[in-house]
Amino acid sequence: MSDVIAATRERAVLGTSPTRPDAPAKVSGQFDFASDLTADGAVWGATLRSPHPHARIRSLDISPALAIDGVRTVLTADDVPGTNSFGLISSDQPVFAVDIVRFVGEPVAAVAADDPETCRRALEAIIVDYEILPALIDPEAALDPATPAIHPLGNVVRHQRIICGDPDINGEVTVEGDYEIGMQDQAFLGLEAALAIPDADGTGIELQIATQWLHEDRQQIARCLGLPEESVRLTLAGVGGAFGGREDISLQVHACLLALRVGRPIRMHYSRSESFLGHVHRHPARIWMRHHADRNGHLVKVEARYVFDGGAYASTSSAVLINAVTHTQGPYRCENAVVDGYAVRTNHLPCGAMRGFGVVQACFAHESQMDRLAAACGLDVLEIRRRNAMESGDRLITGQTVTSVAPVRRCIDETEALPLPDKAVGHGDHPYSLPGGAGLTTDTTDVVRGIGYAVSIKNLMYSEGFDDYSTARCTIENGVVSIKFATAEVGQGFVTLAGQIARSVLGVDEVVLEPIDTGVGSAGSTSASRQTWMSGGAVKEACELARDSVIASVALARGVEPGQLELLGTEIVDPIDGWRIAMTDAIQGVSVNEEAVYRHRPTVALNELGQGACHTAFAFAAHRAVVDVDVELGLVKVVQIATAQDVGRALNPISVIGQIEGGIAQGLGLAVMEEIVQVDGVIRNASFTDYLLPTIADMPPVEIALIEEPDPEAPLGAKGVGEPPTISSTPAIVAAIRDAIAQRHPEATPLSRVPVRPSDVVDAFRGLRPTDHDR
Amino acid sequence: MPVFHPIDVDEAVELLARRGPRRILAGGTDEMVRINHGAAVGEGEEIVCLNNITELRSWAFESDRGVLVIGAAVPWTELASGAIATLCPSLAEAARTVGSPQIRNAGTLGGNVATASPAGDGLCAAVALDAVAVIRSAAGSRRVPVAELVTGPKQTGLGPEELITSFEIPLTEGYQGYAKVGVRNAMVISIAGACLVVDEQHGISRLALGSVGPTILRCPEAEPLITDVILNRSGNTARLDEIVDSVRSAARPIDDHRATADYRRHAVGVLARRLVTRAISAREENNT
Repeated sequence: MSDVIAATRERAVLGTSPTRPDAPAKVSGQFDFASDLTADGAVWGATLRSPHPHARIRSLDISPALAIDGVRTVLTADDVPGTNSFGLISSDQPVFAVDIVRFVGEPVAAVAADDPETCRRALEAIIVDYEILPALIDPEAALDPATPAIHPLGNVVRHQRIICGDPDINGEVTVEGDYEIGMQDQAFLGLEAALAIPDADGTGIELQIATQWLHEDRQQIARCLGLPEESVRLTLAGVGGAFGGREDISLQVHACLLALRVGRPIRMHYSRSESFLGHVHRHPARIWMRHHADRNGHLVKVEARYVFDGGAYASTSSAVLINAVTHTQGPYRCENAVVDGYAVRTNHLPCGAMRGFGVVQACFAHESQMDRLAAACGLDVLEIRRRNAMESGDRLITGQTVTSVAPVRRCIDETEALPLPDKAVGHGDHPYSLPGGAGLTTDTTDVVRGIGYAVSIKNLMYSEGFDDYSTARCTIENGVVSIKFATAEVGQGFVTLAGQIARSVLGVDEVVLEPIDTGVGSAGSTSASRQTWMSGGAVKEACELARDSVIASVALARGVEPGQLELLGTEIVDPIDGWRIAMTDAIQGVSVNEEAVYRHRPTVALNELGQGACHTAFAFAAHRAVVDVDVELGLVKVVQIATAQDVGRALNPISVIGQIEGGIAQGLGLAVMEEIVQVDGVIRNASFTDYLLPTIADMPPVEIALIEEPDPEAPLGAKGVGEPPTISSTPAIVAAIRDAIAQRHPEATPLSRVPVRPSDVVDAFRGLRPTDHDR
Repeated sequence: MPVFHPIDVDEAVELLARRGPRRILAGGTDEMVRINHGAAVGEGEEIVCLNNITELRSWAFESDRGVLVIGAAVPWTELASGAIATLCPSLAEAARTVGSPQIRNAGTLGGNVATASPAGDGLCAAVALDAVAVIRSAAGSRRVPVAELVTGPKQTGLGPEELITSFEIPLTEGYQGYAKVGVRNAMVISIAGACLVVDEQHGISRLALGSVGPTILRCPEAEPLITDVILNRSGNTARLDEIVDSVRSAARPIDDHRATADYRRHAVGVLARRLVTRAISAREENNT
């Protein structure tokens, strides 16, 4: 064994940060995003949408559109050959509205025409006579049985209670608060786009689509088209971000229907303003919480009531709600709980998955509460969190035992230990370093610096008994190793990681990634921080099977037992007989085709009392925010975020850091600027002019500590890292803003709403209730 | 849709004088947003593109008149730095707050004035600077103060056959500055803005407010107070409070999706106080 020589150059294996395979194309503008795709003879598709939040369609006349030169077809609900409905959990959303429209933006018809301008004219020419109905826009009203149902399935999508321990116990100290979370948009930069190509005989279709889950799309599309699933073939087109906003059907069915009708390929793209109407958003939520503790700050009981506004259709609202209520306690031990959660239907834009998936909302509330509790107990905000920090083996309020590695205390300690910004207020080198930025609103003397902390727990993978799995195939032919999976690469970097896994397991350096399509079993969704664990597990297993197969064939050729051989780095070694063969040589002439399906351990649904081991695994993170606040104007500049995150194992450190920084940017957006504003059910800011995302002038440096305690339950020891950065960064920033305000105005009302608008800050010290601001 | 590329102002105004609907395109930073938001291009509409007219993209300092003449299609980037920024710092500060570098390379002061948004950054500075728009048509030319040219939200006194060719800005000695509140640190539409220009020679000051009324507002009651406070060093907290109250009274803001009227009124008072404070500091620095 002594003569095994380490590789002289770094191999792009697990633990390294190789360049993404798609990086050169993306950096040079050569990468084909879904909107770049075209095909010979392609024509364009477009969607007619409801301008009203709630209305009855009295009549619909498509004939003026059909009369326009260049218009190929106009489709309505009557033209849907299969089921005219879709949905991730309940199939409650029509492909095209029938009789009733339930939100501004609901599809009513679709057109195909020779060019986008003709599509636009065709949409304008369609005559829809609407009878306006009263819109249900108050989620509390949706809970009132006296409110007329706006959907046959009723206005309450789900109600879930959690009763744990002694519901009547009280703590010596109690704090309570009402919290509100605004509607956030995923705001992926690559807009919805697809290319649908009908089979020549019209009996099937190929869809090239930017999505998060090819197989789920296929199932829903096939049902709507009335085709067997095998007749619907999906290929992943270049995805420009997702963040949950591509889990649901948007233009998939419309594009396929149009293509099958006109017998030509259909290109379909949303504009930015249409995108705001065409995908689900983060649920706006109203949350009440009351925390009970003993006088030493140990949590005794949490009480909460959640109302999540799911908008017009169910999407994943029921699962989002479950995530929220089951994370009420945060990353803290608590034995008693009384929680009530409702996901309701309104005539707002539909809401569903977005990075953090219900936990973002819960965390903003529970972390705001922990700060209040610390104040009430006379404790430091970190001390109260340390005293309550959850550990592996603790029981959640659902009765589930946390079996994951749970380094909550370490997250807190390592976050606190990260260096603070070295620049004092106003010592930046650019106006962007002050609140107000280029607007030159603010002088150094106007600024107060605040610091805040927050800590989070997030479930990983799908929950509540869902059969969650991923599939991967490893083939070796002609000395070439190929990996195939249907895992949607949405920018997160699984294409990089898959290669790293294959190289690590197989001991080869060249790995071909096959096209990502439905030609292999489902990978599940690229969401819930699950693909590194799930598809990573599947690729690992498939590669292990292939490796064993190669070793077996070498053993056979050499006349030794396979168990005598082992793969060390890039070589198969016989330590007994003292020979070695490079894996690249060993794979020549062998033919291997191994497929693996990885499943995480089963979960169960919650019972009526909210009890049950409904989640698979958990990841933790802590954030510290340093902010400079121009209190008088209510303007905020986030100066630095520090975070320690429980990652299990950093399989690709640069990717992990990218996820952390990007997730924090999204959390910062929710904290201080990102919100879809709807007035009477009508979106008012469906553009990047008015839906503000943080830019480089707003995003601060991030100090990161990766906590690497490999999780024995994870196939690669690694936890998903995508969601935690988005979750506790938001409450940390708001805590820091509160801290700054309190330095100037100790009696100010604590902020209780995100995003924090400048007027919320000003109202906090002017004695107005910030949440009651009339918009 | 026909697009015309006149090479001088005469040709441009000839085109505008022809019958039929015309749209004037300079930087396109408002027009393209309008089109992207689904605004239809009207039947038979023609575009008159100004990008090839050198005269519109030039500027000059006429020392005899003490006037800076800025072509209507000079892009923000040029206004934001170099000699113009030295001569007219408040315009430069306003220019730097407009959009992104790409937008500033394309967008123009003329477009900002013609669009007449109450949130127009350049428009606010132009009003505070007492800028005069030079307007040409095939029939002749006229000169109108920008403050009078803009009559309401997205409304101006410009006729369909008229073209703003330049702005004449009388140069003044004394502090000037622009400040604007937006919810992010760059690339943001103003939710309250203010531009202060102190004219030491004439012993006056002008304060223009943006995004707090149907158009840019001046503060006739606050301005003498401001002048007094700055030039006569009569500043104290009570006087500043008086200015702030007066500015807030002058504001006529509305609630919309960007901000509340209440906040806008509050903010514009804060901006006024800070600009006056900066003016006092700048004057003290100059005198020491």
